[in-house]
Amino acid sequence: MDVLQKSSERIPLSQRPEYADVKPVPQDDGPNPIVPISYTDEFRETMDYFRAIYVADERSLRALQLTTEAIKLNPGNYTVWQFRRLVLEALNADMNKELDFVDGIVEGIVEGNSKNYQIWHHRRWVAENLGTDASTRELEFTKTILSKDAKHYHAWSHRQWVLQALGGWKDELTYCELLLKDDIFNNSAWNQRYFVVTRSPLLGGLGAMRESEVTCTVNAIMEHPENESPWRYLRGLYRNDTHALVKDPQVASVCLKILTAKNNYVHALSMLLDLLCHGFQPSLEIRNAVYGLSDSGAQGSDLVKVVCSILELVDPMRANYWKWRRNIVPAQAAQCLKDDGLTGLSL
Amino acid sequence: MGELAVEKHVKFILTIEKEKDSFESVVMEHIRLNGAYWALTTLDILGKLNTVDQDEVISWMMQCQHESGGFGGNIGHDPHLLYTLSAIQVLALFDKIDALDIDKVSNYIAGLQNNDGSFSGDMWGEIDTRFSCVAILSLALLKRLDKINVEKAVNYIVSCKNLDGGFGCTPGAESHAGQIFCCVAALAVTGSLHHVDKDLLGWWLCERQVKSGGLNGRPEKLPDVCYSWWVLSSLIMIDRVHWIDKEKLIKFILDCQDKENGGISDRPEDAVDVFHTYFGVAGLSLLEYPGLKAIDPAYALPVDVVNRIFFGR
Repeated sequence: MDVLQKSSERIPLSQRPEYADVKPVPQDDGPNPIVPISYTDEFRETMDYFRAIYVADERSLRALQLTTEAIKLNPGNYTVWQFRRLVLEALNADMNKELDFVDGIVEGIVEGNSKNYQIWHHRRWVAENLGTDASTRELEFTKTILSKDAKHYHAWSHRQWVLQALGGWKDELTYCELLLKDDIFNNSAWNQRYFVVTRSPLLGGLGAMRESEVTCTVNAIMEHPENESPWRYLRGLYRNDTHALVKDPQVASVCLKILTAKNNYVHALSMLLDLLCHGFQPSLEIRNAVYGLSDSGAQGSDLVKVVCSILELVDPMRANYWKWRRNIVPAQAAQCLKDDGLTGLSL
Repeated sequence: MGELAVEKHVKFILTIEKEKDSFESVVMEHIRLNGAYWALTTLDILGKLNTVDQDEVISWMMQCQHESGGFGGNIGHDPHLLYTLSAIQVLALFDKIDALDIDKVSNYIAGLQNNDGSFSGDMWGEIDTRFSCVAILSLALLKRLDKINVEKAVNYIVSCKNLDGGFGCTPGAESHAGQIFCCVAALAVTGSLHHVDKDLLGWWLCERQVKSGGLNGRPEKLPDVCYSWWVLSSLIMIDRVHWIDKEKLIKFILDCQDKENGGISDRPEDAVDVFHTYFGVAGLSLLEYPGLKAIDPAYALPVDVVNRIFFGR
């Protein structure tokens, strides 16, 4: 770990005059420690001094410095972060400098360790103190993290919080588009896209955005029909409005194209299944495309049953799911007819 | 199909709990209570809880408790909901929940509920559906759910439901299997599963199974043994576990073992740790792998422990 490699430059706390009057407090694991831990000397010394300051509740500059060193040694230690906040408050510290500090911690630590709740929560606390002025910086910061790991859950969570608490929505949809251009499979970016489209005060909301979003989504699907995310996004665009989903020619059309191409068609079949279950009337072309994917005996059979049979074969891991879909279809179809007020009409 | 190297895993757990020199031990010092829960629950599932000195564990653990009633991750660490649940769970394993001042602990937990029904992890105010889950499970085990506003707690969780039927850490956050477990468990325990679209979520969850048979936590991510717990327990709670290929998942988990030195890793060939060892074993228990104690999918404790709490001896 690169933090510990710097040990040779470090002056032990016991040799620093500014800490001369501090009596270090060793870790108390109890009289018969079940899980006694051995520390490296540097770690032990730093934590012993931290404990002394913590127990004395000393909220001074040297206390701040100790939390800095303790955090660098172990950024996961939540008690140290919490005490640091108390010290920062007491010192009425410069919150912008504190963001610099967190930047440094994130940069300096080993890959993977930025998946640490403490750092992000601390960041949020500092940004809250700074208010809307921090918006740009925080969006930039999360962008930097996401450029290294575009699915970083904490970064996305922080970014969503920043947008809602501090503002900065203007370029967010564009940012999502950029990320998706980099990796069309990035589910986090799709999720953020939905977040922006539905919550941004600058756009018109889902209703206003739907048509253009459907077009973008359909294009993404055509690029990679095996990509789970845009299919889900498409369903999300029509949440609570399945009728409109069924009626949208773009949706039926993309299914047809993929089924005809006979490549990576599992999700397309699954979407077709959903449409059929909600009253979609398939064209002859769609019927033929489906029959083209199954064995020769399928022609003339109930299309839904054929779709399910194909899915059971090509997605065997989820065979039970597709079997279940096949079995509930009669009930679903009847429900749809009822909903459309078409009870009494034969299929 | 491979076998579960039970003796090796037991040895692995008992050894790392005593190990003095590992860097991992050092940096995990502040979450030792979580570590204790993972280690001890695994031992119990493997039928080896008696290899541990119960009194020593409890005596150490009680020193992690604060005036407020909450538990810190280790002695000298600030209280937090996460460690409070682990403490309650460990005491439950030993049938020693009565060692607690139950009202005091419940008051600490209840005090962390916010006006919108959400829960903060501690006095610093971080909000996350993980904390809703932890608070609800804790209070349910203590039989003090009446101390919080359950309706508001449920409403907050429901507000975190996404278009794919899943749940995130806060409203609008991406669906993630870990968060989904937290929300579904909390809803299950409060009798609120009707808020879950079981077919939609069940489908999202079964789509987590990848070619290798392992489960990932979000679309297009790598499989990880810990999702064997979060995805699987969620599927069981909503009655859809038959939608995944159980045999393939069992094989994946068994392939993640270090059969020489014991322990289980996140995916085959990676380094092992107690966290993944727990989730691997717990996942196998949910999959009814022979010779393991049954585990409750919501409380993440052996079923006999949960029964003991709710139905007496």
